[in-house]
Amino acid sequence: MTEDPKRASLENLEARLSAARKQHDEAVGGRSGKGRKKNDQNGLGFAMRIGTDLVAALVVGVGIGVLLDYWLDTKPWFLIVFFLLGAAAGFLNIFRLVSGYGLAAGYKKTDDDDGIEDPKGSKDGK
Amino acid sequence: MASPLQQFEIHPIIPLNAGGVDISFTNSSLYMVATVVLCAGFVLLGTRRSAVVPGRLQAAVEISYEFIANLLRDTVGSQGRSYFPFVFTLFMFVLIGNLLGMTPYSFTFTSHIIVTFAMAAVVFIGVTILGFAKHGMHFFSFFVPPGTPLPLYPLLIPIEVISYLSRPISLSVRLFANMLAGHTLLKVIAGFIGLLGAAGVVPLVFVVALTGLEILIAFLQAYVFAILTCLYINDALHLH
Repeated sequence: MTEDPKRASLENLEARLSAARKQHDEAVGGRSGKGRKKNDQNGLGFAMRIGTDLVAALVVGVGIGVLLDYWLDTKPWFLIVFFLLGAAAGFLNIFRLVSGYGLAAGYKKTDDDDGIEDPKGSKDGK
Repeated sequence: MASPLQQFEIHPIIPLNAGGVDISFTNSSLYMVATVVLCAGFVLLGTRRSAVVPGRLQAAVEISYEFIANLLRDTVGSQGRSYFPFVFTLFMFVLIGNLLGMTPYSFTFTSHIIVTFAMAAVVFIGVTILGFAKHGMHFFSFFVPPGTPLPLYPLLIPIEVISYLSRPISLSVRLFANMLAGHTLLKVIAGFIGLLGAAGVVPLVFVVALTGLEILIAFLQAYVFAILTCLYINDALHLH
């Protein structure tokens, strides 16, 4: 008789623990843009990233262009094409950074995210 | 007077040569070893007694631990826990390396692109392997933004690939450029102090202010390096 309520409360505790854990995991889950957004708002760290992200993509694009030209002996053409692609990738990086997508190549607003984060719309991202 | 760039010179302390490859123990290696020893000493000493009410050192260790743990949880979620040792090691290495470089007469190994690029390449290759291990060939869908119309594929895939390949470049260049520029600036302005005589007070004030700024940058760059590593791990784990 004394054991029953104890066991019941223990089982109850187990259930409550797992529920709380699940809730916590959902609250801080990596998929939601919440955590990312919060961290992105560290102003100076944010500013540090913009310049290099823009230039780095351009450097990679020009590098690929020069290498392809060197191998295929098509002097200016690949350089021109990949310079433009690199510039586009640089702007894409910046766009994603400021619109809260992080630095992800490729992004998706999954359906469940859309449901939860509709009020904030595209601001919250991934 | 010494050139402001002289501080970045690498000179061997113990010359070593293995099969025509120069593997000398340089001042850069010395400071890296010192950084590792300092990091390990900091954490080991701080957790030696693990009191319930932490002392100063233990509190410092706990703050740095919690800082990275929270960072990882906020960006990656609970699955990120297993990557904590990697991110924490990286953060402490960059942070202590930056701060060690702020002590007078020392050498800043993070001001060398080869060092920062090696770290960024480890992150980049590791994250790519992680993506492949978790998702297999599905990893390539990373390079196609969902909802893209088919005619745009030839244009968008190269852009996405370049954007992805630019990650290690921007990660390494950001740290390297900040440290290089900051330390050069400090040296240049400090050089004016002697040259200007009595008016040298003005650059002296600047150098004091800039030293504070540089210490802030040392923390900030370590933070940015750590948070970007977290974001990349998150992208590899939660592929669309």
